[in-house]
Amino acid sequence: MNIWSNLRHDRIGMLSLVTVIAVIVIGICAPIIAPHDPLTVNMSLRYNGSTWSYWLGNDQLGRCILSRLIYGIRPSILLVLWILLISIGIGTALGFIAGYFKSKVDAWIMRICDIMLSFPGYVMTLAIVGILGVGLENIVIAFILTKWAWFARVIRTSVMQYTELDYIRFAKASGISNWHIIRRHVVPVTFADLTVIASSSIGSMILQISGFSFLGLGIQAPHAEWGMMLNEAREVMFTRPEMMLAPGIAIIIMVSAFNFLADALQVALDPRLHQSASTYTSSKKWQVRI
Amino acid sequence: MLQIENITKSYHNGIIGWKKKHQVLHGVSFACEAGESLGIIGESGSGKSTLVRMILGIERPDQGQIFLHGKSVEYRSTRRGQISAVFQDYTSSINPFFTVERAIMESVHLRTNIDSNSIYVLDSLLEQVGLNASFKKRYPHELSGGEAQRVCIARAIACRPQYLILDEAISSLDVSIQVQVLQLLKELKNIYNMGYVFITHDIQAAAYICDRIIIFRQGQIEEIINTDQLSQVQSDYGRTLLATSIVL
Repeated sequence: MNIWSNLRHDRIGMLSLVTVIAVIVIGICAPIIAPHDPLTVNMSLRYNGSTWSYWLGNDQLGRCILSRLIYGIRPSILLVLWILLISIGIGTALGFIAGYFKSKVDAWIMRICDIMLSFPGYVMTLAIVGILGVGLENIVIAFILTKWAWFARVIRTSVMQYTELDYIRFAKASGISNWHIIRRHVVPVTFADLTVIASSSIGSMILQISGFSFLGLGIQAPHAEWGMMLNEAREVMFTRPEMMLAPGIAIIIMVSAFNFLADALQVALDPRLHQSASTYTSSKKWQVRI
Repeated sequence: MLQIENITKSYHNGIIGWKKKHQVLHGVSFACEAGESLGIIGESGSGKSTLVRMILGIERPDQGQIFLHGKSVEYRSTRRGQISAVFQDYTSSINPFFTVERAIMESVHLRTNIDSNSIYVLDSLLEQVGLNASFKKRYPHELSGGEAQRVCIARAIACRPQYLILDEAISSLDVSIQVQVLQLLKELKNIYNMGYVFITHDIQAAAYICDRIIIFRQGQIEEIINTDQLSQVQSDYGRTLLATSIVL
């Protein structure tokens, strides 16, 4: 199965992939790409509109909104991806162990998850930030601590469901090693579930990071972050609504891109979904020809 | 020889303090000689599938042991390439992400005395189960029930096992396909001289393919009888089963 050739035929999926990659590259290369220093204050340009020099205008301190938007990719997207990678890594490993090996290991892991999940996510994050203090590192720790349990539980349920299937029983009966069974038989089928929860989490995490910055608990001024940019624009929401548009649209585009990409990946990975999608596309072409 | 010695298994339902013990198998013992075809028949819930899971090493018995050539089947190395299985539900028997080729070749790789890369191995396996080379690139959802079950049989024999466990392998197929699959199993047995443990509730199918039949009821062996002496069955339950199949 060639995932890339399957994905290539999905136009929305490809567009989303290009968007995500482009944004990540822009974020990494922010110092080269950003037209101005995002922290330079210039009060003479306060609340200026769009100009050739400042494409998206200037904020309440006369800083370049476009440059702040580009630098904001780092905490808003790259940081979220990093948090997601770690929490999914922990959650997946524990979920696989619990779901595949079951018995006492499963019981122990799930009880720990129950404890973690018994607190509402936001409250737990607030409590951790309250204990550890305000700051980016503490937000990262708080997010990882609150998210892994949820991933572990979802992955464990998914793995359990698949390990009961006959082809896994066949592999076990044939004496194939557990590592081989997990790698070749369980991971690919659970990947679809993984992409769904990962993509939905990316969206919610971007919004949550933005939310914490909005509350003043995440990224601290004067650093740029999309949520904080929204917070700053709140004060002039009715007089200068366009200041909210740039970070708002950026968040919407990224959340949508991740969601569409996850859908496309799911279809590209699963031959059943891929075939039905291809049949649907070809039947549409046939209808158009008629 | 496959030896099942005094197997006992029970499950516990309920929560801590109120756990209820439900005994599924009560001291089951029998043996299946190399090349022998042994049928296990019994009604649903009699413990046949639990017994299969233990023979396949998927579950452990509470008491007793299962040996293959004197080694416990609990060890993966004992089962590897020696025991294989065909299950009832062909829809979940093949990894949906695998092509027919990949599914069968995985099993071929369990063999140690063969050039596993040889394309002829796959082609000849497919041919033996009545499929042609065009099936190689197909996914499970592109196969009919009979075709999928043939692929499962090809995969099961691909590692040249000494024992093939057939867990209700024909139950979910149409009657005409059931006959074809039974004939195929009989032919393959003659070619490879494998031992069969054929679990079914269909006494006619068991009589067609098996040398001996174990009549199983409520987790216990009621009777073990040679197929050619089936009319002389002693137990009441065995007679009832036989009478039901004749009426049908």
